[in-house]
Amino acid sequence: MKVPFEKLDKAFENRLRLQIMSVLMVNDRYDFNSLKELLETTDGNLASHLKGLEKEDYIVVHKAFLGRKPNTTYEATEKGKEAFRQHLDALEKLIKQQKIN
Amino acid sequence: MEENKIHDDLAAIRSVMERSSKFISLSGLSGVLAGIYALIGAAVAYIVVYNNAPPYLDNEFLGSGAVHARDYSFITFELFIVALVVLVASIVTGFILTKNKAKRKGQAIWGKVSQSLLFYMTVPLVSGGVLIFIFLLRGYYGIVAPASLIFYGLSLVSASNFTFTLVKYLGLCEIALGLVAACLPGYGLLFWAIGFGLLHIIYGSMMYLRYDR
Repeated sequence: MKVPFEKLDKAFENRLRLQIMSVLMVNDRYDFNSLKELLETTDGNLASHLKGLEKEDYIVVHKAFLGRKPNTTYEATEKGKEAFRQHLDALEKLIKQQKIN
Repeated sequence: MEENKIHDDLAAIRSVMERSSKFISLSGLSGVLAGIYALIGAAVAYIVVYNNAPPYLDNEFLGSGAVHARDYSFITFELFIVALVVLVASIVTGFILTKNKAKRKGQAIWGKVSQSLLFYMTVPLVSGGVLIFIFLLRGYYGIVAPASLIFYGLSLVSASNFTFTLVKYLGLCEIALGLVAACLPGYGLLFWAIGFGLLHIIYGSMMYLRYDR
C-alpha cells in the first residue's frame, strides 16, 4: 500500500494553521483576540498564519467596529472546510496504514 | 510524516475544537455540593413549614393555589431566605471549583464560550423567575415548584449546546419532574428536593467521574 502523502494539505503542515482551521470548523465566526487567547500565541504569529490561510481562500475576513475598537472576525469558506476534511481523511489513512505495518 | 506528529496533530485538533466551542470546565464536584446544599435547604424548609403553620398548610390547601399571600407571608419570607442561602452557596461553590478546573484545562473562565453558555441559560431562567414572582404576588403558591423545575430544566437544555451533553439530559429530567410536580400539587418541597438535590448529586457524580479527574 502506498502512503497518500500527496493528499496531506501543505497549508495545514503548520500546527497553528491546523488549529485555526479546527476552531473555524466548529464555530461560525471567531474574532482575532479570542483566537489569540485560545491558541496562546502572539499577534504577529497569528496574523501571518491567518494571512496564509486567507491567501489559499480557506478563510474570509470580516472587519467591523465595536464602538471605536476594530473587531476582526474570521470565517471558514466551503473550500477551506473541504480541504480540512480531506486533510483529516488523509491523516486517518496514514494512521491505519501504520497500524498494519 | 512520522506517527507522533500525526497523533499530536489530531490531539491538537480535538482539544482546540472542544475548548473553542464547549465550556469543558464545569465542575462535577460543584454539582454534588449544590445537591447537598439543596437537600439541607429542603430539610430546613420542611421544618419551617410544618412546625410553624400546621393546620392550614395541608396538601390540599396548598395545592388549591387560591390562598391569599397574607395568610402565611411570614413563612414565605423564611423560605425565601432558605432558598437564597442555598442559591448563593451553590453559585459561590460552583464559581470557585469551576475557576480551578478552568485553570487546569487551560480554558478562560470568561470567554466567548462561557458568555454564550451564560446567555442561553439566563434567558429561560430569568423569564421563569419573573413569571413565578408574578404568580407569587397573586397568591398562586402552587406554581413555584413545578415552574421553577421546568424553567431550570429549559435553561439547562438551552445552555447544553455549549457544554457537556450530560447537562442536556439533566435538563430533560428536570422538565419531566416539573411536569409531574404540576400534576401532584402539595408535594412541591419533595419534588424540589429530588430535582435540585438528588438529580444534582447524581449528575454531579457522573460528571466528576467522567471529566473532573
